[in-house]
Amino acid sequence: MTTATAPRAARIGAFAPALLLLAVFFAGPLIWAVYSAFTDVALTGSADVNFIGADNFVTMWNDAQFWNSLWLTLVFVVGSAVIGQNTLGLLIALLLRGRNPVARGLVSGLVISAWTVPEVVAGFCWYSYLHRDGTLNGILGWGGLDQNWLYTTPMLAVILANVWRGTAFSMLVYQAALNDVPPELHEAAAVDGASAWQRLRSVTLPLIRRSIVTNLMLITLQTLAAFGLIYVMTKGGPGTKSSTTPIYMYQESFQFYQLGYGTAMALVLLVIGAIFSLIYVRLIKVDNL
Amino acid sequence: MTGARRGPMRLAVYLVLALVAISFFLPFLWLVVASIQPGAALSADITWEFSFRNFADVLTVDTIFRPVLNSLIISGGTALLTVFAATLAAYPLSRYRSRFGRIFLYGILFSTGLPITAVMVPVYTMYSQFELTDSVPALILFMAASSLPFAIWMMKNFMDSVPVELEEAAWTDGAGWLQSLRRIILPLMIPGLTVVFVFTFVTQWGNFFVPFILLQSPDSQPASVTIYTFFSTYGQVAYGQLAAFAILYTLPVVLLYTAMSRVFGGAFSLTGAVKG
Repeated sequence: MTTATAPRAARIGAFAPALLLLAVFFAGPLIWAVYSAFTDVALTGSADVNFIGADNFVTMWNDAQFWNSLWLTLVFVVGSAVIGQNTLGLLIALLLRGRNPVARGLVSGLVISAWTVPEVVAGFCWYSYLHRDGTLNGILGWGGLDQNWLYTTPMLAVILANVWRGTAFSMLVYQAALNDVPPELHEAAAVDGASAWQRLRSVTLPLIRRSIVTNLMLITLQTLAAFGLIYVMTKGGPGTKSSTTPIYMYQESFQFYQLGYGTAMALVLLVIGAIFSLIYVRLIKVDNL
Repeated sequence: MTGARRGPMRLAVYLVLALVAISFFLPFLWLVVASIQPGAALSADITWEFSFRNFADVLTVDTIFRPVLNSLIISGGTALLTVFAATLAAYPLSRYRSRFGRIFLYGILFSTGLPITAVMVPVYTMYSQFELTDSVPALILFMAASSLPFAIWMMKNFMDSVPVELEEAAWTDGAGWLQSLRRIILPLMIPGLTVVFVFTFVTQWGNFFVPFILLQSPDSQPASVTIYTFFSTYGQVAYGQLAAFAILYTLPVVLLYTAMSRVFGGAFSLTGAVKG
């Protein structure tokens, strides 16, 4: 590789637009967040903002609703991403391997179309699907199981909706990973009399281990701060039954005007995200660095 | 494995796949049906009356045209700015090894994981302090900044695949780095530039939370926000119209995605993302 042909100034100049944007509009708010989490800044327009130390964090520590929201976020991430999307995506990718092209096209086409639909529209689809008079009750009606699912099982409802919306990502990751598994290994194991399950466990899964871990990190990060889907479907309700931390943070900041407290919660989310992101950066193989 | 065991096994696999297909299709069903039922409400009672009246009813300046135009300006502006800044930044990252570049690249990769939703409260506080709320250009600047980490990462991976030898010839002819970037690398990177542009455009077209927080006046809001307002105002009574609106709003994204996957293969949007 040829180096040092371009003058140093030009090389740094090339970074300028990106650096400027990132510094002002990305790093800026982050630094601002650290500052305002320690203030009582509110949306009411009052000009005097006071430095109140760690008060917001003390409030948070004693706020049962915050802990409830954190718990619901964990349930949402584990239920919809780690268990739902990840397992279903892997299962679909495995089952589609070597099937006829029509079946492959149809199934992955449907799974991917759920993924391409904008968040708000996905929320509408599931709202009308699970509503009292919706499609699901139309199907279940004869069994006497019909109910307003958004009201009786709000967390299950938003988890299922997010599995529906996000499975395509995991499926695509696993389809790509499975393409790299040499078929000879499989045949050899089959000749040795290994059952389908044994082949999966001792040949396929170890070979795609890296993809599994990377996928888990990425979908956790994508799910952690999900807002639109839950907000459209339940608004965090009924009561606080599906109020995950992003929803609670939004309500405290923009409905109860507690921007300082909302920012403190945002910081907690950011720190959790940063930890997962660091693990992800360590995992990914960066060849050209 | 014997044929006797293979048969039932195959059948079971196809049954599971059929179940998956049906489960993924059902949530769409009412949206599609309701859009062509003139008196559709939330209930899934299908009548034999079909018409495109719902589509005709929403095709007005206030419901569809202005919000979609706003979406085009916001998503298009963000994608253009992102592609511009990402291309410039990707060049030195792809062509020279330096300590700064290394740190920058790690920082970029780390930032792709940060939850943007969480940043929105401080962004709002900052924007209202500097009176930048309700401004479309200010919104575009933030959206471009938040799209940049992933865009730079993708762009660098695309640029890495353009051989450096092609440039060396230009350098000996005395061309500067900007010239060789413009005349040699960019023409060879049209597919990569298109992928980054479309990916950013599609992501921002669907972005609800950021404009929901930063834009207050209905006249400048994109379709992702106005469709939500429409839903919370008329969703119960005019579900058919909401469904028609949702389909018209979703269509461009689906068409773009289909076109892209025809040209670049199914997993186009994952390019450069997961190399684990």
